[in-house]
Order: sequence, then C-alpha cells, then structure tokens
Amino acid sequence: MSDYIYYPGCSMDSSAKAYQESVEAVCGPLGIGLKEIDDWNCCGATEYFSLDLIPAYSLIARNLALAEEQANGNKNLIATCSACYLNLVKADHYMHTDKVLGSKVNEALAAGSMHYTPGKLAIRHLLDVVVNEIGLDKVKERVVKPLTGLRVAPYIGCMLPRPDYTARYSDTEYPNELDDLLRALGAEVIYFPLKSHCCGGHMTQIGPDTAFEMIRRIISAADQFNADVIAAVCPMCQMNLDAFQGQMNSHFKTKYNIPILYFTQLMGIAFGETPENLGFGSEFVSAREAMGRIGVETPEPTTQGAPPKRVKPTGLPMPPPLIEEHQSTDQSKEAS
Amino acid sequence: MIEAVTVVDPPTPVEEIALLREVSLRTPGESRVEMCIQCGTCGGSCPSGSAMDHTPRALFAMLRAGMREEVLKSNTPWMCVSCYYCTVRCPQDIHITDVMYTLKNMSLEAKLYNPTAADFSKTFIGMVETFGRGFEIGLAGLQNVRHFITRLPNLAPMAIGFLTKKGMSPIPPKRIKGMNQLKSILKRAKELEIV
Repeated sequence: MSDYIYYPGCSMDSSAKAYQESVEAVCGPLGIGLKEIDDWNCCGATEYFSLDLIPAYSLIARNLALAEEQANGNKNLIATCSACYLNLVKADHYMHTDKVLGSKVNEALAAGSMHYTPGKLAIRHLLDVVVNEIGLDKVKERVVKPLTGLRVAPYIGCMLPRPDYTARYSDTEYPNELDDLLRALGAEVIYFPLKSHCCGGHMTQIGPDTAFEMIRRIISAADQFNADVIAAVCPMCQMNLDAFQGQMNSHFKTKYNIPILYFTQLMGIAFGETPENLGFGSEFVSAREAMGRIGVETPEPTTQGAPPKRVKPTGLPMPPPLIEEHQSTDQSKEAS
Repeated sequence: MIEAVTVVDPPTPVEEIALLREVSLRTPGESRVEMCIQCGTCGGSCPSGSAMDHTPRALFAMLRAGMREEVLKSNTPWMCVSCYYCTVRCPQDIHITDVMYTLKNMSLEAKLYNPTAADFSKTFIGMVETFGRGFEIGLAGLQNVRHFITRLPNLAPMAIGFLTKKGMSPIPPKRIKGMNQLKSILKRAKELEIV
C-alpha cells in the first residue's frame, strides 16, 4: 500500500458524492492509500483567475503549502477533479517558471505563516496514477466481473490532457489513457472523436444556450456511436452532461438518454463491488437499463421528495383571460 | 577613430503598444501574445466561439491596434470556457487562455466587463472567501435568480434532483479551520496585486 496525499475538492462532498464513494471503493483494492489534506480550501475553479491574479494563485498555493507540510515524505498529490488538478499543477508550474509570481505568492502565504517550494510535489490525477503507476496489469488482476458487452464512450474532458504542463498524457487532443483502462475492465470502448471536448464548464450558469450546444455535441456523438454509457473523470463534466441532459433535450427537442458514470464507478463494478457502495442511483439519467444489459442491477434513482408528476391537461385549452376582459370592455362600450 | 554613439532613450510607448505590453506583462510566464500571426487557429478551435463578440484572433489584432475600450468591452474573454484547445493548437505557442484571464482582470478594473459572467465569478469567489469552500447549490441559486429569472421554472426539477438524487445540502458548507489564515493570505495577495 503506497500513500498519496489527497485533494478532494469541493464537489466531491457535494454534487459528486458518487465519485467520492467509488474512489474510496476502488483505491483500497489497488493499494492506493489516500491521505486527505487536513483543512484544504477551494481551488477557485476557473473563477478566481478571472478576477485577480495573485489572490487566485495564493488560494491554490495554500493547498500546496498544506500538502507540503503534511506530506510526510510523500511526493505524490492526487486530485480527482480535473479543474482542481489543473489549478494545482498550474500554480506549481507558474510559481516555478515565473519567479516574480512565485515570490509574490509566497509573500502572500507568509501572511498566514506558510510557504510552498515550487516543484516539491508531483501533482497527479487519479486516472494517471491508476494507468501509469499502478498499471493495467494490476487492474486486470482485480477484475472479477468484466464489463463485457458494455459500450462505453471514454470522455476525458478538456482540463486533464490540456495544456498538460507536466506531460503526463499520451496526447493533448486524443489521449488514450481512459480507453486503455476501460478496456482492461473488459468494456467495449467506442471510437469517440469528442473525448477531449469541453462539457461547457461554467457556461450553464452564464450562457445556457451555448452550454446546451456544447453538451449536445458530446451526447449526440456518443449516441451516434451507440454508447450505452459515457465514462467521466471529472465532477463538472458529469454534472453538465448528466444533470443538464434533460434541459438540453428540451432546448433542442431531442430525446437523448445516455447515463454518465464516473470511471471509478465502472471500475468498482468490474472489481465486484455492489452498486450501492459505488453511488449508483444518484445520477439524473438512470444507469439502470444500461447496466442491466450486462446483468448489473443498480438501484432506482431516489425520487423521494420530488413533487408528484403533473397530469397533462386534456381537451381544449381554456381561452386566455385577456381576451375575455377585452370582449367584456367592448360589450360595455357597446352598451354605453 | 570611431565616434562615440549617443544612446537615446526610446520614446515612451504610444498607447497602441502600451496596451499589448500591459497585457503581456500581466500574464504569468511568457505570454507570447506579441507573436500572433493572425492564422485563426484559435477561433477555429474554440467550442464557445459562436457566443463571442470577436474571435480570439480578431481580439489579438485589436489588442495590437491599441483598441483598449473595444477589447475590454468585448465579451470574448468572458465566453472562454478555459478548455485550452487554442493554447495547445497555437502554432506560435501563445498562452491564449491565460491572456483571456488577464483581459478579464483588466476589463473588471476598467468597469467594462460582461455582467452575467463577472457576477458569477464574483459570487463564487465571495463564497470561497467566506467559507473557504465552494457552495454549488447556493451559487447556482443566486446566479439564476439574478440573471435567468425566466428559467427558474425549468430549473426547479433539477434543483430537486440535486437535493434528493445527489444528496446535496442546501445549507452552506462549514467554514474551514484556517479561515482567518486564508483571509490574511488573500488580504496580502490583494495588496501585492496592485503593486
């Protein structure tokens, strides 16, 4: 069992609980010990860079300083969210290459009695650790229930392979790490040209129509190649493609229905874990039917607390009240 | 005998060059934005390009022309989704995504920003500066009430899904233990930003 310092990021405790649960379930069997950074803070996503430069890098650097402090001889820092991963790598990279930025950030950290030495940590994403460090042979050894017959679209997203400051991925546009891992699990990996396209990121909140178009491209490509499920490696990607799939459908009058699962959920199934321990049932687009095709019964998505479905009104619609008023005023005019 | 050459100080940069220089200097590392050859690979690669006032290529031409107000008013940087396609494809290795961040900082200072996008960033960071952690439900709620009020009926089923299916909490996150430490770090960082 080798230990890794772990930076979960805010989503893992909120919208991506299923990711957190499945990460915990698969890391043990692979000998990955995750030691969570004590008292980590948000990485600022893509939002802080937009406002201020030095504060944005300092916010990230507090996490790096904490990790360095608590490293205990470990060098590897694992993140599971692509945005968190990129922010940590980016801060480390620019603190190292831009000396002015590096010293300013450390000056800010000093106000909280902290310091980070750029280059001290090797920042990795869990996918990279599983594929390049643990190795696919070890993964194959753990597979007890191969995902034979499940057609999976390997969706790696944008922030993992790009800009790839530390050259960890096979390609910046068409990397094959996720494909290889899914194949090792026995899944049928489809050709997926949009594997590193952007899910829309924060666009759902600032320009929904643009976001829907970006989501549509990815979902329709997966559908065109007959994918049963899409495998994601980032909470943001999963949320945009899954939670917004319904709204995207109503925007374009389409009927796509493709479940989006975390790659760790699929690993867990292949490792023989029960779907209940892997956060299945928390997805908006239910994975029940797709997983059922390979004989895995996943729980029904929780609907507790949801309002009862409104019955569609039948018969002719009522005339709008405005016309009635209009007519009545006309009549009153005539009467007078 | 060779005559001594008098070195003349270069003249103060005219506004056109000053803008390009400022953007380049404020971007971390070597931005290389001066190297743009106007090939348009960036715009052609951009997934959100259709929502932009100007393609990145056009924006860089405007930067060089010193069109400060037009550049800082453009929604282009605010529509950038930070997917880094342009950055890895640029034949001149310009750090386009980072330049976009710089332009956003500058448009905020000049108060020429895109309000919908800037508000989202501000609300997000306001929460991080209060709790030390992000608060997804609260953030999405505030943003949509402020900017997409007509979409709220559509969003209701999704909000319920977040609370039930995903088990997200509608209560703000617990403050991190080192909140005071984080506040002093950010306070100092903001002072350093101005210098």
